[in-house]
Amino acid sequence: MNIIQAMRANDFVLKVKNLKVRIDSENIIDNLSFQVKSGDVITILGPNGAGKTVLLRTLLGLLPHEGEIEWKSGIKLGYVPQRLPFIKDIPLSVNDFFTLKKSYEKETKDILNSVGFKEDFLKKKIGDLSSGQFQRILIAWALVRNPQVLLFDEPTTGIDISGEETVYNLLARLKQERNLTILLVTHDLSVVFKFSTDVICLNKHLVCHGPPQKALTPESLRQLFGEEVKFYQHRHD
Amino acid sequence: MGNQILLSLTAGIFIGGTAGYLGSLMLSKRMALVAGPLGHLTLPGIALALLYGFNVTLGAFVFVILGIILIWLFEIKTKLPMEALTAIVFSSGVAVTFLFLPIEQAETALVGDISRVTPSEAVISVIVASFLFFVLKKMYSGMVLVNISEDLAKSEGMNVRKYNLVYLVLIAIIVALGVRMVGGLLTAALVAIPASAARNISGKLAHYAFGAMIIGAISSLFGIVFAEISELPSGPLIILVNTFIFLISVVFKR
Repeated sequence: MNIIQAMRANDFVLKVKNLKVRIDSENIIDNLSFQVKSGDVITILGPNGAGKTVLLRTLLGLLPHEGEIEWKSGIKLGYVPQRLPFIKDIPLSVNDFFTLKKSYEKETKDILNSVGFKEDFLKKKIGDLSSGQFQRILIAWALVRNPQVLLFDEPTTGIDISGEETVYNLLARLKQERNLTILLVTHDLSVVFKFSTDVICLNKHLVCHGPPQKALTPESLRQLFGEEVKFYQHRHD
Repeated sequence: MGNQILLSLTAGIFIGGTAGYLGSLMLSKRMALVAGPLGHLTLPGIALALLYGFNVTLGAFVFVILGIILIWLFEIKTKLPMEALTAIVFSSGVAVTFLFLPIEQAETALVGDISRVTPSEAVISVIVASFLFFVLKKMYSGMVLVNISEDLAKSEGMNVRKYNLVYLVLIAIIVALGVRMVGGLLTAALVAIPASAARNISGKLAHYAFGAMIIGAISSLFGIVFAEISELPSGPLIILVNTFIFLISVVFKR
């Protein structure tokens, strides 16, 4: 191994080898292997039920699995879940929500600023936020205590993005500012092309993997989404 | 007589306040109604306690734990919904109770009787309720996070199983204490109503949690005082004061 290879090997944030996840005796993920380098933006693309969210949750250590998941030691992860259906049961202010993660007001204010909210947002009730605002709050929450890696699960329902900055522009900016490595579940091909260094196409097993321009061929997309889909693209504006 | 009402008030305020505080967590997990069936589960225990003259709370507690274990075992074995299993277990408990409990003692079992609480029962209630309060206070924000999302809690490195187990034990204890006060039929109200009322008027967590506790305590206070004045049973009056506060909170809903 020469010096450059050694440096690269050191740069790995995550190594996944022969990952298998079974839920109720059904194979949700089968024999998946990939690696993530520091600073990568990995998109995880696939149809509904392909195991994208399961993959993210498994990487977080939330689900039992076979095979190897090796995070770089000491690395901190931030998780942005798809949705939190029960959060509106309790009257929580934005500040309360951050206190659950033991974030002090000063830190919370700084993080809110970095996702584009002013301080007066601290007192807002979570239940009164629009889904776009709530999405940002979830991202901000994941950023408490400065994780190096962000795992982001895109909501299946569209988000109203009324602000100037889309969630993806926000993520791109945060990545620059905080030197983040990002793993991102998405259905949106334009996000994959614009934003990611590598794509993992998942439909229970690995369909394709690599830089989007190389990995996403008409053939791999057909395998991923079925015959009828020629080109699959959402608009988020 | 003066001493007796002080005993009842002290025990009632501590149990009512703690039940309200715990209820603020149960509401969030759509669990408030579970306390109802669990209250019914206590009935065979109360019946045995009344027949053989031992502590009602103790009898109730043993049977709640027994019921929870049964429901839990059935759930693992059958994968039936928890609500259905709870219904099966609690209605069986009620049925067994009325086979052997003399009808003249049924009232205490069904709607409670804090006005005849003994000094030792009052002391135990205060100690146990205070202990519950401190455990809850320490674990409260963790429990809120577990209720919102077990995934988020786990990704924060929390031991979710431990939290769920403690949560269940706390519910069992509060049900056993509540049964002494309002009986097996009405315990659900002790946890559900104060939290619902507090939620109507709160914009942040601290107001909600402590609001529920204070509403629970005040309802017990007035319920017991009204019972003393009117010579009506205290259990139903405590619940009705709760209901009255809830109705006021509906008017002032934020």
